[in-house]
Amino acid sequence: MNKTFNHKGWLFVLPVVVLVAFNAIIPLMTVVNFSVQESFGDNVFFWSGMQWFEQVLHSDRFHAALLRQLLFTAIVLAIEVPLGLAIALAMPRRGPWVSVCLVLMALPLLIPWNVVGAMWNIFALPDLGLLGRLINGIGFHYNYTRQPLGAWFTVVLMDVWHWTSLVALLCYAGLVAIPDAYYQAAKIDGARPWAVFRYIQLPKLKHVLTIAILLRFMDSFMIYTEVVVLTGGGPGNATTFLSIDLVKMALGQFDLGPAAAMSIVYFLIILFLSWLFYTLMMQKEET
Amino acid sequence: MPLELQKVTKRVGAETYIHDTSLVLEEGSFNILLGSTLAGKTTLMQLMAGIQAPTSGRIVFNGKDVTGVPVQKRNVSMVYQQFINYPNFTVYENIASPLRVAGEAEENIDRKVRKSAELLRLTPMLTRRPGELSGGQQQRTAIARAIIKDSDLILLDEPLANLDYKLREEMRDELPRLFMDRKRIVVYATTEPAEALLFGGQTATLFQGRVTQFGPTSHIYRYPCDLTSAQVFSDPPLNTAEIEKRGQRIVLTESIEWPAGKGAEKLADGRYMIGIRPHHITPEAQENGAATISGRVLVTEISGSESVIHFDMKGQTWVSQSHGVHPFDIGSLAKLYVDIDRAFFFDSSLRFVGGGG
Amino acid sequence: MAKILVDNVRHSYFAEPKGEEDWALKKITLECEDGGAYALLGPSGCGKTTLLNLISGLLRPTEGRIYFDGKDATEASPEQRNIAQVFQFPVIYDTMTIYDNLAFPLRNRRLGEAEVDQRVREIARMLELDTILKRRASGLTADGKQKISLGRGLVRTDVNVIMFDEPLTVIDPHLKWQLRSKLKELHHRIRRTMIYVTHDQTEALTFADQVVVMKDGEIVQIGTPIELFERPRHTFVGHFIGSPGMNLLPCEIKSATAYVAGKAVKTLKSRRESGDHLELGVRPEFVSFAEEGIPVDVTKVADAGRFRIVETRYNGNAIKLLVAEGRDIPSGKAHVSFDPEHTQIYQNGWMIE
Repeated sequence: MNKTFNHKGWLFVLPVVVLVAFNAIIPLMTVVNFSVQESFGDNVFFWSGMQWFEQVLHSDRFHAALLRQLLFTAIVLAIEVPLGLAIALAMPRRGPWVSVCLVLMALPLLIPWNVVGAMWNIFALPDLGLLGRLINGIGFHYNYTRQPLGAWFTVVLMDVWHWTSLVALLCYAGLVAIPDAYYQAAKIDGARPWAVFRYIQLPKLKHVLTIAILLRFMDSFMIYTEVVVLTGGGPGNATTFLSIDLVKMALGQFDLGPAAAMSIVYFLIILFLSWLFYTLMMQKEET
Repeated sequence: MPLELQKVTKRVGAETYIHDTSLVLEEGSFNILLGSTLAGKTTLMQLMAGIQAPTSGRIVFNGKDVTGVPVQKRNVSMVYQQFINYPNFTVYENIASPLRVAGEAEENIDRKVRKSAELLRLTPMLTRRPGELSGGQQQRTAIARAIIKDSDLILLDEPLANLDYKLREEMRDELPRLFMDRKRIVVYATTEPAEALLFGGQTATLFQGRVTQFGPTSHIYRYPCDLTSAQVFSDPPLNTAEIEKRGQRIVLTESIEWPAGKGAEKLADGRYMIGIRPHHITPEAQENGAATISGRVLVTEISGSESVIHFDMKGQTWVSQSHGVHPFDIGSLAKLYVDIDRAFFFDSSLRFVGGGG
Repeated sequence: MAKILVDNVRHSYFAEPKGEEDWALKKITLECEDGGAYALLGPSGCGKTTLLNLISGLLRPTEGRIYFDGKDATEASPEQRNIAQVFQFPVIYDTMTIYDNLAFPLRNRRLGEAEVDQRVREIARMLELDTILKRRASGLTADGKQKISLGRGLVRTDVNVIMFDEPLTVIDPHLKWQLRSKLKELHHRIRRTMIYVTHDQTEALTFADQVVVMKDGEIVQIGTPIELFERPRHTFVGHFIGSPGMNLLPCEIKSATAYVAGKAVKTLKSRRESGDHLELGVRPEFVSFAEEGIPVDVTKVADAGRFRIVETRYNGNAIKLLVAEGRDIPSGKAHVSFDPEHTQIYQNGWMIE
């Protein structure tokens, strides 16, 4: 449908455009700038072309960080999506408990991320934290500050605790939108709960699940604050994910060129994978 | 202040929604757009209102070209199938809203709102919110809001479709009364031929984006200009068959022959298409009782006062609609009489050549 | 196939109903014979969908019992009652083909694949879906989807009753009559008990053997379409059924004759009682122009195609009558007479026998 055009609309958008330009576009341009130049200090820059990009893409350090990141994202998605969906299915759709459940689910999402990191830092301490003491008490030898496996376990657990609610709430919204008639018809057809899930709920949740997975993918790929506060990227390099590595390089070592190049590469990876995923999900819809 | 559409078309991408259409709607007229669901009624109404701009052609209102003018600048009201009201306003506020936007004085607003509410029997509900009203009351609120504006053009897009059957009947009686004493042009879209007939006024039959005929409702019902118009204006559907005229006889098949009847008398011999409305085929003899037809009964539908018989006519299903209760057994052979004087005759290009009335 | 008895059922959607308005169904007793076609007809809010859901088991009645073939089924679930239901909006399994949709209820009951195939093909043929069985169900139009919904109910051989909840709501008007006559044909062929809920009198009257007219949570009259048309026992039935509805004129009775604003009118039976709130009811189909009778002013003529609806006025009352196509209609002043066989007297809304 052709909408009639009202050019006054641009005036309304102008303040936001200015803000976005200032906060996002200009810094992005700065990064691009840095990624193709080299400096030896004192604000003297000269063109270095693709040198940083080549260096980054060939560096083992980058590959290691990327691999760690991919593994982390895969694990986290594999746990959070089914778990969130299961929780959403278990939440009541009507009655007095609905608001209680919704509030409980929202709580983890409201906590500032560094606080989350700090909470888990203390919670998982092997000698003082509840969780640490519990696991060690059961018989496992657990210390996230020393063991890579322990660190991974704790980081994953923290992320699941923090973000599963998002998936759950999104799926819940999708479930609530399914008209009762579908459930009634399934009941009459004698369908078992699994069939109801497979043939009614899952198909109708497709859009919501796509959004949930996309959001979790992007956010987990960019994870920084909680992990840094919890493990600092350690022990050693064990939990140094892409953004942590990037910050180490940029701020710790002041290697602006490679850091900028790595940011661009990082950004392009997320962009590409998101686009790929989205197209695949939407394409299945067309058939 | 007539509204003219001059060779208006609407194309979106490869699809043509409205083909070359020219219409003149006179001031104070009640115009009905009749057609099935995707015929283009809504698109045509949106073009008239200025919600959409035509791909080509001109729209002229009261002598002025308003083709590109957006709807906010036109003086137009619209009522939709889904009862659209502001959910947070009371009925009073809903009805008053167009006047408030126009900046009218408070006493004027109050007077006009109460008058509108009275016309639509909403006075006891003025302080309630749409959520607390029944479907019929919500729709009446939407209509009140539309008519209070004193607009030049008021468009109603199947406004009664979501109402109970009986309520629809009652509203149908009331609506023409609301528009009677004004100079505005009313355009009403519907899919039901019976509704168009009951309203009267002028009707435009639409089929696949084309206006096939436009004229006084009763007239185009009885004298359709082609087969398409006749079919759009039929419910249950028109019974059609190919026939051959030989002298004073009409031959359907080897076994079915009828006298030519008043409609076909003056036609030249040859092949034609005949269209017979279901209520012109009855189990009881008509005045001109010589045209009969027999068919195996497929389904009989009997409501308290009338019978609809579906029977087999050489592979096609024909429908007879008659007054009274005629319970034929399914599978039995029914002998029915055809009012051949009122049948429609169409030539090979399906244009109307005779009959009707 | 089963005989269904709804015994003194009352239902409220509130946990603690206080007044009469809190009850969606006030007191319903209804018996449906095995293999019959029933319609629950009434305006929005009359309780017909509530009653349907109580019979199908999707709701438990607040009070009263429901019996299937003499056995108490009040606590039974819809599967246990063996019912099928077609909803207002087509409910199909989008991801499955049409074949799988129809096979679903049978596969859930663990029938052998050969038997499933035979039943599915048989029903598909009845519904004219047999040529497109391999297509995905989501690609069909609304009436096709409703046919699938219906088909899922028909494939099961053990179905006691098939319920329809305003199934033609989303169907295109020019396809409605096709699906309507298909339902009628199906009922004739398979003779299962069918209960059909609607607010559209044409659908109800053409489909059902017995129509249950409801208003405000109560049954007003049960009868065949002909009975409801010729002998409406309540003014509501006279008003709701028939298009246009019955004419109602205030009247009084003096010495066994009915008078409408001073003019004597012959009615069905001669009256001996008198009383208040008396009304004379006669359907427009049974009013005609005559040489003498009630003097009226002809005020409006509406063309309905096969007849004209003529509105006249007498002493402030409106009297509508139908005149066939082609007949002349007098203008200005005229006289109308009522068919005494179809003129009834109502007191407080109920017909005086």
